[in-house]
Amino acid sequence: MALNKQVADVKSALEGVQDNMTFMVGGFGLCGIPENAIAELVRRGIKGLTCISNNAGVDDFGLGLLLQKKQIKKMISSYVGENDEFERQMLSGELIVDLIPQGSLAERCRAGGAGIPAFFTPAGFGTEVAEGKEVREFDGKPHVLESALTADFAFVKAWKGDTAGNLIYKATAKNFNPMMAMAGRITVAEVEELVPAGALDPNQIHTPGVFVQRIFEGSNYQKRIERVTTRSRQ
Amino acid sequence: MLSKDQIAQRIAQELQDGWYVNLGIGIPTLIANHIPEGINVEFQSENGILGMGPFPFEGEEDADLINAGKQTITAMPGAVYFDSATSFAMIRGQHIQLTVLGAMEVAQNGDIANWKIPGRMVKGMGGAMDLVASAENIIVAMMHTNKRGESKLLEQCSLPLTGVHCVKKIVTNLAVLEIKDGAFHLLERAPGVTIEEIQNATAGTLVVPDEVPEMNV
Repeated sequence: MALNKQVADVKSALEGVQDNMTFMVGGFGLCGIPENAIAELVRRGIKGLTCISNNAGVDDFGLGLLLQKKQIKKMISSYVGENDEFERQMLSGELIVDLIPQGSLAERCRAGGAGIPAFFTPAGFGTEVAEGKEVREFDGKPHVLESALTADFAFVKAWKGDTAGNLIYKATAKNFNPMMAMAGRITVAEVEELVPAGALDPNQIHTPGVFVQRIFEGSNYQKRIERVTTRSRQ
Repeated sequence: MLSKDQIAQRIAQELQDGWYVNLGIGIPTLIANHIPEGINVEFQSENGILGMGPFPFEGEEDADLINAGKQTITAMPGAVYFDSATSFAMIRGQHIQLTVLGAMEVAQNGDIANWKIPGRMVKGMGGAMDLVASAENIIVAMMHTNKRGESKLLEQCSLPLTGVHCVKKIVTNLAVLEIKDGAFHLLERAPGVTIEEIQNATAGTLVVPDEVPEMNV
């Protein structure tokens, strides 16, 4: 029998979140972000959070909602443009920001979930990202030692999921979600469509349910687009 | 002097059939509009797609389908989506044949700076550090001078670095240059631009050969 990871709603899915915890939050920009979990974190008003997420949302959506309420103490990200409140808090020193290369961020999450404590990457050698880190040459090329990341909770968003916690993502909304799902001590997956175990084709699963502790069907997805860009029909 | 679109057009002439190409935000994005006849390439966007197509028609935007610049896009037949770790495995593993990106500064030793102006602007490096550290073939697309008219081709970068000794070719609104032996080597000049103008706009060491042809744009 497949294990049942389904929880009733977002409130029970976030049972146990506390002040000063470290969270991973999936998504790239506003694409593939766990909207329901973020809204619940705002509602709970917990503070002093460390958030590991590629971006920090925009002023009035995504992690920007947590920034507005000053719930985040530290951000670990690769790109944080497009957010005035973020910039203000960072320049005034209210918010600690650790910027790391996007590929290193992805691999550090993957490593955290895969039981690999650290790895060498060429990214960032000779830059301030490498300051204080071990550098070693492989095949004559310098590499920087980067450590794995894990989190108390990982919040991820998928397109479809089943009650066993298996997940399928849609298009580029996949991004950081699969690695973060692996790296959370408790991984909470919210999906647009939740089906019984057995209803998804095992060949098509992106994230195996073993990485997911709680799953629920989300609601009221806004799925905002940051830069609507189109071409004319001529 | 070239327009941004002409810079993209000139870089497109560097594309070779069968290449996978990663285009950065800004001028590099325009390259997709100028793929030469008979050349088949596939575009990667590091947020997780190979086979990126043009922008969608109005009304057909999909919030789940964007590029690394967070613009709505489409997928070409044969496209594939993947997670960020796989995306950067393609990049670091040198499975992508060409990377084109913008820069605030480039130094004559191949150093590049494009992610931070201390005290003024900190948006982050995104995937740029992974891209420049790994790609064998990097072309920088940028204006020759900044908004204050100062040269962006320097003896050494003054801004925090994105990568070291990695840029080999630069296409600007004035010229095509190669970086080699610690100097900028002038390969081509923009139509109507004199060598003296290029010299005046280049703060780093510029090597000028006897013959400098005009770009074909």
